[in-house]
Amino acid sequence: MPEPLLSRTQKPLFRALAVLLALGLASVVLLATGARPFAAYAVIAQGALGSWGVASDVLVAWVPLLLVTSGLLLTFTVGLWNIGIEGQITFGAIFATWALRGFQAPVLGGSMAPGLAIALAILAGMAGGALWAMLVGALKTFGGVNEIFGGLGLNYVATALNLWLIFGPWKRPGVASMSGTVPFDRRLWLPTVSEQSRFAPTALVLGLASIAIVFVLIQGTYFGLRLKAVGRNPKAAYLLGIPTWQYSMVSFAICGLLAGLAGAVQVTAVYHRLIPSISSGYGYMGLMVAMLVNFSAAVAAPVAIFFAALNVGAIQLPITLKLDSSLAGVLQGTLVLFVLLAEGARSRIMKGRGGAR
Amino acid sequence: MGFDLGPCSASVISALPSVPPWFLFFFELVGVAMLIELRDIEKSFGPVRANAGISLAVEPASILGILGENGAGKSTLMKILSGFQPPDSGRILLDGAEVSIRSPADAIARGIGMLHQDPLDFPPLKLVDNLLLGSPGPLGPDRPKAEREFRDLSARFGFDLDPATFVDTLTVGERQQLEILRLLWLGAKALILDEPTTGISLPQKEKLFATIKRLAGEGMTVLFVSHKLEDVEALCDRAIVLRQGELVGAADPPFDTRRLVELMFGKEVPQLPKSKGARGGEILAARGLCLDSLRLQIKDIDLSVSAGEVIGLAGMEGSGQAVFLASCGGLERAVAGSVCIEAKEMTSRTHHDFKREGVAYLPAARLEEGLVPGLSLEDHFILAEGGRGLFIDRKAALAQAESRIAAYNIKGRPASRIEELSGGNQQRALLALLREDLSLILVEHPTRGLDIESTVYIWSKLKERCARGTAIVFISSDLDEILQYSDRVLVFFAGKATPPLDADSLGVEELGRLIGGKGWERFERSAAAEAVRA
Repeated sequence: MPEPLLSRTQKPLFRALAVLLALGLASVVLLATGARPFAAYAVIAQGALGSWGVASDVLVAWVPLLLVTSGLLLTFTVGLWNIGIEGQITFGAIFATWALRGFQAPVLGGSMAPGLAIALAILAGMAGGALWAMLVGALKTFGGVNEIFGGLGLNYVATALNLWLIFGPWKRPGVASMSGTVPFDRRLWLPTVSEQSRFAPTALVLGLASIAIVFVLIQGTYFGLRLKAVGRNPKAAYLLGIPTWQYSMVSFAICGLLAGLAGAVQVTAVYHRLIPSISSGYGYMGLMVAMLVNFSAAVAAPVAIFFAALNVGAIQLPITLKLDSSLAGVLQGTLVLFVLLAEGARSRIMKGRGGAR
Repeated sequence: MGFDLGPCSASVISALPSVPPWFLFFFELVGVAMLIELRDIEKSFGPVRANAGISLAVEPASILGILGENGAGKSTLMKILSGFQPPDSGRILLDGAEVSIRSPADAIARGIGMLHQDPLDFPPLKLVDNLLLGSPGPLGPDRPKAEREFRDLSARFGFDLDPATFVDTLTVGERQQLEILRLLWLGAKALILDEPTTGISLPQKEKLFATIKRLAGEGMTVLFVSHKLEDVEALCDRAIVLRQGELVGAADPPFDTRRLVELMFGKEVPQLPKSKGARGGEILAARGLCLDSLRLQIKDIDLSVSAGEVIGLAGMEGSGQAVFLASCGGLERAVAGSVCIEAKEMTSRTHHDFKREGVAYLPAARLEEGLVPGLSLEDHFILAEGGRGLFIDRKAALAQAESRIAAYNIKGRPASRIEELSGGNQQRALLALLREDLSLILVEHPTRGLDIESTVYIWSKLKERCARGTAIVFISSDLDEILQYSDRVLVFFAGKATPPLDADSLGVEELGRLIGGKGWERFERSAAAEAVRA
């Protein structure tokens, strides 16, 4: 029977086509600006994989992306669009910074172990992210505010609060600066593999653990199945005995925990201070990854590392080719767009054949 | 009588065997009538042949009944004719000219309008806007003109519809009337009605039938899809029967019911014998219950239900029975009065509290409110079981799903997604999801849209529960179902309810009169007498 074989090979085929089309469109954009596409792609590849230094930078970018994507998989499962994820990352960073500022004196004075201080700061960051996420959830549940609008609004509030702290109460002595707060003492940095590297193995373990936990939660637990039921039909889920709004709130809280963790990792392992753009757009990138993997946790990790590699590799573009590094964003965006388009085209073609209703 | 039977199914069967060409010409002059011919229509969904070479001609100014059980291919055929889906092969001829109908808009432009089983309208909009939405005209619609035309049409058919009101305030029957008016306004010359009598009450049905007859008298070609024999018998000039995608026969009035049933099912279906279960203690007690819904105030309902008893709630759609049923399951909050489950005060508790007391609620909209599209049968059983702990034991869940599927005779596998099942199997699945030790089952329209076989099966399962001491309260707009399966009946009319009436001494005629709001004086008198005595 040729039919089943076709449908089995169809999906990867359409995916491959989508990737080619995305590369094609990006090439057209590059040609229009007078650049050579293949040279640009080579620079990106070289910039992401060329040396241990840049490869470890890819891992550094992978961690927050893994964390937010795992959180978003849960909110998507329960049928919610957690656009407010950016604000949740920022809040996690603010809370972690606040904790570290408090612990700096006891650690330097020797009355507190640095490891404990870092752990507590990370926990504080998680709490901050969860708090900000549950605010979105509460607005949705009790105020009838759509989570997309609530989340977007709270993103702006979080950014404003962050800027106020950097230029106000937490400003550098003498002069407030866009470069952020005063860096923490080295003892309050999450340990990295070497003095120069920003790659902290602990952070990577946290990121991989989060995606693994979310995968197991969705695939094998009552919790995950109930989330799915609430996401697909809240009315039926309620009649089946599932406390629906509580499940939505819990998924928001977990997503916020993970986003807050991402923010805390950015503070303790990457920047060692609070900076204005601390979320670095990882929240929006996580949304793209979640959409690209069609909300399945199994393939989220490899796609996330690919996106991280694009971002890191593109940093070389301005240096070697005088191109803007936003090319990475163009590639990621067109990729998501074409994969979604190809999926739509595939189901249309299937319908035309009478294979699916 | 006359039956064209069996193997000759591919031959063209027409409502009026030979019509002279001038007759058609006459209708063309009038501009209303249309001859519809379908030739060798084929349509398959995967391995299922939904339409296996169906040929058919429908004459103008006639009502053709299309009978068949669920999955016989009726809906598929009508969807092909109304442009919802293309046939795999075959031809459609309108007034002798071959056409290809590419979309529902295309169909209505050619004069074919379809009235769907579930109203396809826009509840948050005004009636007149529903009319204008589908009109092909220029950008700025002439609203006053449309309103005027709407009022004229509405008055012509004796409908009580105000173009300025919103659709979400209408009953299902009224929404049906709106849809008919809309199709007429768009210039329909042929009307397809898909199970139009499900979910509407007797008076609304009578009005609908009068309207259909009048339309046919004025030259409209009507295709009436149903699995209710009595509807077809009361209305149609001719009936055809589909079974498993094939046209298996046709009949003219007077119809032979037994023969039609045989054609539909290939065998005779027995009715469930009426049985009285043993009565136990009081399960549900509603006292002086008052409810406030959007358009309706429901006052002072008293009902006591014993274990093993079946209570039928009858009435026109939107007379208060649905709100009352919901309040018995904690899904609607009472303004005054009380609800007790097994002597436990439950007024203003949540549905989940009721669930813990052994109350289950089965909604009429199975796929919209009762089941979760995208999840498998097995997933549903896991969810309904409400297991504790973190991890799902998939092996045990699979075994459980297989045993339930067998016990409830569901046509599907544990991994089948729920939306892939037919309506009858979805209803069986809903029943299979119920816990074993329930004290009360509340059911909205337990057999709406199901064929006779599924109906009998669903009720045999419900009666099994009664025999084990579960009480059942159900809503139905099918009077025979109410009388056949209830022990006692509450009739609702405009927010009032009769006291429980004994189903055995209640005739179908009296029930129909009560539903229509007639003969209520005796209840009011006895209530007044009681008040005097008190």
